[in-house]
Amino acid sequence: MLESGWVRIGLRIMTGVTLAFIYLPLVVLAVYAFNASRSQVWPPAGLSLRWFAEAATSGSVLEALGTSIVAAAGATAIALVLGTALALAVQRYRFFGRETISFLVILPIALPGVVTGIALAATFKTIGIRFGLPTIIIGHATFCVVIAYNNVLARLRRLPRSAEEASADLGADTWQTFRRITLPMMRTALLSGGLLAFALSFDEVIVTNFTAGPGTETIPLWILSAIQRPNELPVVNVVALFLILLSVIPVYLAQRIGAETATVTR
Amino acid sequence: MTTHAVPPPGFGRRLATWLHRHPRLQLGTLLAGPVGWLVIAYLGSLAILLLNAFWTTDSFSGRVVPTFTLESFQTLLTVEVYRTIALRTLGMAVAVTLTDILLAFPIAYYMARVASRGTRGFLVVAVLMPLWGSYLVKVYAWRVILQGNGLLDWALEPFGLSGPGLNQVANSWVVLSYLWLPYMILPIYAGLERIPGSLLEASSDLGAKAGTTFRRVIVPLVLPAVVAGSIFTFSLTLGDYITPTMVSHTKFIGNVIYDNSSLGSLPLAAAFSFVPIIVMVAYLLIARRLGAFESL
Repeated sequence: MLESGWVRIGLRIMTGVTLAFIYLPLVVLAVYAFNASRSQVWPPAGLSLRWFAEAATSGSVLEALGTSIVAAAGATAIALVLGTALALAVQRYRFFGRETISFLVILPIALPGVVTGIALAATFKTIGIRFGLPTIIIGHATFCVVIAYNNVLARLRRLPRSAEEASADLGADTWQTFRRITLPMMRTALLSGGLLAFALSFDEVIVTNFTAGPGTETIPLWILSAIQRPNELPVVNVVALFLILLSVIPVYLAQRIGAETATVTR
Repeated sequence: MTTHAVPPPGFGRRLATWLHRHPRLQLGTLLAGPVGWLVIAYLGSLAILLLNAFWTTDSFSGRVVPTFTLESFQTLLTVEVYRTIALRTLGMAVAVTLTDILLAFPIAYYMARVASRGTRGFLVVAVLMPLWGSYLVKVYAWRVILQGNGLLDWALEPFGLSGPGLNQVANSWVVLSYLWLPYMILPIYAGLERIPGSLLEASSDLGAKAGTTFRRVIVPLVLPAVVAGSIFTFSLTLGDYITPTMVSHTKFIGNVIYDNSSLGSLPLAAAFSFVPIIVMVAYLLIARRLGAFESL
């Protein structure tokens, strides 16, 4: 064993401290969601559930939630189609510019969001596209493609070509092979890629702030503007807690998919 | 010999056969959508942005006038405050990246090489969960902690101290390091896990002390993973304009770009976005040479 006892104890302590650092702010927010008073003083003077009712009936919160869901669904759909097509092309064919494409596809996520945001905003303005839900979806899809692409590509690399060849030998045409063989084998990769893309889009604010324009609000944009209004802060706290709890769902699903994939490949 | 009456192939089947005989066309169909999207929507937008950098705004109407000029770049280079902001942002990106490497290494090491199977699974989920969303919620949480009469003030009060309030650059450093930490932990963890134990045993069999093994075997092998993680910590810091305004009243490159995009001068914003673009493209090219793309 390489690590001596003291090193192991030290590592354990540092791991605990880091975990506490990661979760402390989230816990603090969770407590504030139950804060009885409007003021954000610590410790909260009393506990109450009244802001939950207010958040659940707030028209602007529900509308923003709807916008976020539609935007994320649209961006995920585009990303899955484009990302899968690109992954198939890059994995199955040798062609001029293949290396360039694999570099190009990560650019939208590797370049700072503020660059993507202002580039899209400048373009929409220049060609005269009206800002709104469609421009939000275009912005999100641009950086979600790489997520779908990465997931599908990783899967395709591990898939044996023999199943597809057997299908073709047995007389299936290209569509039948794709629909009945390739697609089912990629299913979990598409699911986890789609899940990640959805979560990424649902949470995005840096690019969205540029591409939404006035009048369209996603949940992060709602939070961003509500923070400026002190009497809305209690509702912001509740929405924040809701979003923290929401992020448990994709993690749970991703673990399930991961477990399923593990058994399939074995 | 009996002959079965074979039905004439349908349109879909004939198309499939035809495509099968023309693989280049198949490839073209696959590439048309994604490449079209990336080149037109993304690179096209970047090109328009970069064009804007060489244009100017009409001082009277505030509209962009498409005449070639280097005015915006001149402004950026001569006005002191822009240089300060650019250096502050780059310095912050370096500081946040180094902080995250230091914070990520112990927990990643513990996860990969010390923890039991069960603990490891739990820790992976615990580190993964904050990655799945709520960027803004986390920034807001820090704002609530740091603000006057917040948790930090309360915790420091018994010592006769008070918190930093919401106007310290250091706030941005802490919060940005906090935000991007999982992006660094996960690649380092994956990189450490890939190192076969036999290599470490060989090193110690050959007489290396634990410190030497760490320095000469482990560090070189996880370097690509560290670089992969640093792409995120660096790029995300360079482009953030929300965290700085929410937790400290300081301007970063992103703030100048955002503030100028709607109300001020779009050409100036476009010219300033050259800085993060050039820095990140150079960073990516170096990262690719170091083999970091395989660890993404």
